[in-house]
Amino acid sequence: MERMPGRGSGLGARLRAVFGGGRAGTVEWDEAEEALMGADLGPQLTLEVIAAAQARATRDQALPTDALAAELRSRLAAAPDAPFELGPAPSVILLVGVNGTGKTTTAAKLASRLQREGRSVILAAADTFRPGAVEQLRLWGDRLGIPVVAQRPGADPAAVAFDAVAAADARGADAVIVDTAGRLQTSQDLMAELAKIRRVIERQHPDQPRHVLLVLDATIGQNGLSQAETFLSDAGVTGIVLAKLDGTAKGGVALAVHGRYRIPIVFTGIGEEIGDLAPFDADAYVDWLLAP
Amino acid sequence: MFDALSTRLQGIASRLRGQARLTEADLDAALHEVRMALLEADVHFRVVKLFTAKVRERAIGQDVLDGVNPGAQVVKLVHDELVEILGGERHVLDLGPPSPAVILLIGLQGSGKSTTAAKMAVRLRRDGHRPILVAADVYRPAAVEQLVRLGEQAQVEVVTAPAGTPPVEIAERGVAAAREQGADVVVVDTAGRQHVDTAMMGELEALQKLIQPRESLLVLDAMTGQDAVRTAETFHGSLGLSGLILTKMDGDARGGAALSIRTVTGLPIDFIGTGERVDALEVFHPDRLAQRILGMGDIVGLVERAQEHVDREEAERAAQRLMESRFTLEDFKSQLQQVKKMGPIGELLKMVPGAGNLAGAAQAAVDDGEMRRVEAIIDSMTPGERREPQLIKGSRRRRIAAGSGTTVADVNRLLRQFEEMQKLMRQFGGAGQGTGRMPRLPGR
Repeated sequence: MERMPGRGSGLGARLRAVFGGGRAGTVEWDEAEEALMGADLGPQLTLEVIAAAQARATRDQALPTDALAAELRSRLAAAPDAPFELGPAPSVILLVGVNGTGKTTTAAKLASRLQREGRSVILAAADTFRPGAVEQLRLWGDRLGIPVVAQRPGADPAAVAFDAVAAADARGADAVIVDTAGRLQTSQDLMAELAKIRRVIERQHPDQPRHVLLVLDATIGQNGLSQAETFLSDAGVTGIVLAKLDGTAKGGVALAVHGRYRIPIVFTGIGEEIGDLAPFDADAYVDWLLAP
Repeated sequence: MFDALSTRLQGIASRLRGQARLTEADLDAALHEVRMALLEADVHFRVVKLFTAKVRERAIGQDVLDGVNPGAQVVKLVHDELVEILGGERHVLDLGPPSPAVILLIGLQGSGKSTTAAKMAVRLRRDGHRPILVAADVYRPAAVEQLVRLGEQAQVEVVTAPAGTPPVEIAERGVAAAREQGADVVVVDTAGRQHVDTAMMGELEALQKLIQPRESLLVLDAMTGQDAVRTAETFHGSLGLSGLILTKMDGDARGGAALSIRTVTGLPIDFIGTGERVDALEVFHPDRLAQRILGMGDIVGLVERAQEHVDREEAERAAQRLMESRFTLEDFKSQLQQVKKMGPIGELLKMVPGAGNLAGAAQAAVDDGEMRRVEAIIDSMTPGERREPQLIKGSRRRRIAAGSGTTVADVNRLLRQFEEMQKLMRQFGGAGQGTGRMPRLPGR
């Protein structure tokens, strides 16, 4: 199964060009620094990684690109990588994030993935705000043959989540995937609404939601840090889905988020097809990022 | 989370104090901070390099102005340079005859094209145009339904076609419908696409060739990172864009991508999206974005919002009543509602320089919940009580608390605050403000 987009990230080629002459002086490391900035790692993480990789290269007499790869790998390994597993039925998975990151598409992809693993899934259309969001999820449900619990547009999203969990209880479904409306983390009202959805689910099943996945758009920059901070505190994010890695963006801010908030990256969106949601694999990601 | 550039520069500024000239070493230290601030704001690293080189050139040898903190002087240089790059000649959308003028909205998935299309329609309608919308996104499930519903909110007709209709054909139908109905602007919402998707890019080129849009605008998420440059270059390279719309500016993204795109492509920035409502599309102001990129807040935006949403007559009437000590809880509530119209308080606070990082406690004191409580309390009073709060004694307080779902302590607090406010206003009024009116809001 594909774990990363077919096309390379381009970053590795650039680094090889930088260090290709066999020199690894200040000029070359400065250029490497720029290349990492260009991958959205952000200034702080980039400076840390470059300094550490430089030290590694000297200490281990390693090639600069190998030292960089080793450094990135060790950083990704620093946070516990929890494999994505369902618990006792029903497992509730809450998808959260800002507008336009791909939550609804991710909900459908994840539902399809679980279905292929032989699990019974229910989709909850708790994005009752965006026009067309409920219809969008319903269309996916029809295509996949997965039931979608929905109410009228404008309904209380917590009530939709409640209904979906109750339906899962009644039918003995393995998982409930709750698609929520996109919201900017600066909107206190909407963040409070999300906390309420979470509370309602918790009241039904104290150990749920099992997963709260923050869908991060790989094309965004350093605002990802602000998003992670607020969604973590208000919604209790347990993992990250790095969506839209099939463009030319490298999604480096996910590394910064992972490093700062110790949130594991669990899935990557690597294409527009329903099957294009892959479990995150740190080694595969670093390989893809730095591949020649 | 991010330190404002001015704070970052303070350390350097204290070293610079007392010097007559900015030395190269000082300048380099300052520019290092500028560089980091711009990178944190998602400005592309190459653009950052160009930019700091330019500022350096301007700053070198500049005299330190008397009474001006040298750090602030560097901030000003940076700010002015940013404004110069972001601004330039204003791009006025070409919507004149022959009618209809077609506007094509283009962008990556999730950048906010459909919402922006509806917002454009609202704006155009307000400006006296007759726009219609065309739902040419035939790929994303329910994208057409989304635009239809947005069209209802915007009170604009949406041209759709059965599933499977090629986008080019839908756009043609849109133009034909506009001609039939006498609409003068056609806003075409296209499907989101990756700029590396050659088939989808080819489709846009074909669409453009056939319908000859007057404007092809790139819709870009303000949070976009370093890849914004490549995206814009590719779209611009194959389609010849005419402008840029920056969306989701109501969040806390610094919007550095706009500077990158402006620098690299020279495209003008036309509008910014500032909320989820269909009227939340504003004209772009270079100085505000410059301040935002530098983390300086947006005080101008705050003032403008106040102007847009506060009913001046209503405000003056209330002021008059205040002066005559006839200001009641009823008036107080209507004032609260006006503030509410401007948007959530937290959002407003973010626009105030220095308040962006205001502690949660301070925000909670004025948050929307508190406002709702106050409104509920006032709503639970009888008209008589609202006019004469002194009527409200023990049992009435308990009834109001129960009716508004608050506590007697909450009711007491509101009444006390109101009383103090009245006292203050009486003094103010007594001081004899010539006209007896609140200062006027500056004209629009």
